[in-house]
Amino acid sequence: MTTQPMELVCPAGGLPALRAAVDNGADAVYVGLKGRSNARNFPGLNFDVKTLRRGISYARALGVKVFMALNTYPQPDGWASSTEVVDIAAAEGVDALIVADMGLMRYAVDHHPDLPLHLSVQASATTSDALEFYRERYGIRRAVLPRVLSIKQVAQVIDGCGVDVEVFGFGSLCVMVEGRCMLSSYATGESPNSCGVCSPAHAVRWQETPTGREARLNGVLIDTFGAGESAGYPVVCKGRFKVRDQVFYAIEEPTSLSTLDILPELFNLGVRAIKLEGRQRSPAYVGRVTRVMREALDACQADPELFVPRPEWTAALADMAEGRTHTLGAFHRAWQ
Amino acid sequence: MKLSLGPLQYFWPRERVLAFYESVRTWPVDIVYLGETVCSKRRELRFDDWLAVGESLAAAGKSVVLSTLALLEADSERLTLRRQVKQGRFPMEANDATALGLLAGRPFIAGPHVNTYNPGTLAELAELGAVRWVAPVELTRDTLAALHEARPAGLETEVMVFGRLPLTFSARCFTARAHNRPKDACELACRDDPAGLPLATRDGQEFLTINGIQLQSAEPVNLLGEMSALRDLGVEVLRISPEPEGTEAVVRAFRSCADGRLDADEAMARVSGLYPGFCDGYWHGGAGMDWRGRPE
Repeated sequence: MTTQPMELVCPAGGLPALRAAVDNGADAVYVGLKGRSNARNFPGLNFDVKTLRRGISYARALGVKVFMALNTYPQPDGWASSTEVVDIAAAEGVDALIVADMGLMRYAVDHHPDLPLHLSVQASATTSDALEFYRERYGIRRAVLPRVLSIKQVAQVIDGCGVDVEVFGFGSLCVMVEGRCMLSSYATGESPNSCGVCSPAHAVRWQETPTGREARLNGVLIDTFGAGESAGYPVVCKGRFKVRDQVFYAIEEPTSLSTLDILPELFNLGVRAIKLEGRQRSPAYVGRVTRVMREALDACQADPELFVPRPEWTAALADMAEGRTHTLGAFHRAWQ
Repeated sequence: MKLSLGPLQYFWPRERVLAFYESVRTWPVDIVYLGETVCSKRRELRFDDWLAVGESLAAAGKSVVLSTLALLEADSERLTLRRQVKQGRFPMEANDATALGLLAGRPFIAGPHVNTYNPGTLAELAELGAVRWVAPVELTRDTLAALHEARPAGLETEVMVFGRLPLTFSARCFTARAHNRPKDACELACRDDPAGLPLATRDGQEFLTINGIQLQSAEPVNLLGEMSALRDLGVEVLRISPEPEGTEAVVRAFRSCADGRLDADEAMARVSGLYPGFCDGYWHGGAGMDWRGRPE
């Protein structure tokens, strides 16, 4: 199992980002169609059928796979547009559909039995039994694990099931188990599950005040930034709040996940793919992070025992990290 | 309409838990969900203890359900769940896909932490053996109505109508973090917070409740004002989540209102002084934290 290479799966919020990922060494890119069917439903992002075709042909010409993410939970008014996405994925011949909702998995299996399915991180499957459930019932071939498991727990999942495992390697860090977080809808009415968004831009207000720059989400004060503090985008889980009479990052600091330091461990465990977060990022960002992770993966797989992250990789990733800091997140038990 | 008491979300000392469920025997609830759904380190009651509580409640005429952990991480938790599903005495509420897989093929309840947002998923759950589904707390009234309308025959709908909303779970323990302790050395700090730990914004808005690895709404959801709408929809079960204070009064207010012995305003008056505030925003299609308190 450990002799199989790890695939580098890169985000593409649009055609320019797709090209950047492909040109810089992605093994696969993941894309979404416009609308509520995917968890990066931001204005100006994502593909229509025409750009999807161009993206697929660009990627295929260079031997790169294209996955389509359909990772929200459609409600009755969005059901038809979601099944249409399944139909498009099958018709356009994507290499896999990344899906979270059981109803949609059933639709895909019944209507497009040859369409390979990957289990989205939004499905919140955290055990080997959960993955086996999805494999036996819907034939999923790969699962993206939520960012809640330690290295040891990832190993237990891989050992216990017949599903390929993909983990997040770099990018914004969801502190909560994906697919189980309603903090955004609690504050704004819109969540990743229900609308494909977290902290929708229309609910964000910046306000200069005598005490500093306030970031509010639908009126809720997420943080106040003093002079010289870098002000991050206000998501509930990265705010400063008052608990037990202290003001601090009660949930998580603004930081990014980076697995650069543990790539050999992931490789040796039999992780089959490393996913980079960031379909909302610029093509330049996607190109840079893809290039760094490509070099790191190649070095790691050439000689995992002697792998040491190069300082320039670490520096480049730190430069692109939220808050300019990064963490191993739940992979490292002490984070928990 | 039947009333249910959801699983206890907080970590209370053993004696308090036992005393609580002893008193529940006399409350007008039809269904009682038991067990630890938040953190496997909370072991004041072992699984056998929960079974004993279940027997006592069953003897008092309650329908007992055992709820599973919402977020499984360690292999030990998976193996524990495998042992738990082997008991055949009480039906179980599945709160993740691990439990769905293990419970498939026999009657079970699909809990609020199973993502059920459309009739396609309802059909899947029914085919797996679900006899009841608990709506995710962020569903709006209109979505709930559409799902309830389209549910397969034999599948009951349950809606959480009172209590702090379980909004999310994490690998990280936020109670331990607030005490500046790592999770592995948490010293069970959450035992000191029978109603969780309040989290406020820097300008003083009560915003969330920390409950170990779970975050909840600051205020309980309260759908007393929507009782006639719930009745009109034909929702079969209304869930009340245990709080350390006032739960019996809440149960009795809902029962009286459901039976037509109190109107919604009177029932609301019985519970409004018990808590600093409420929320019902999800029901009305807005932010979950909002509070309207009456139909549009």
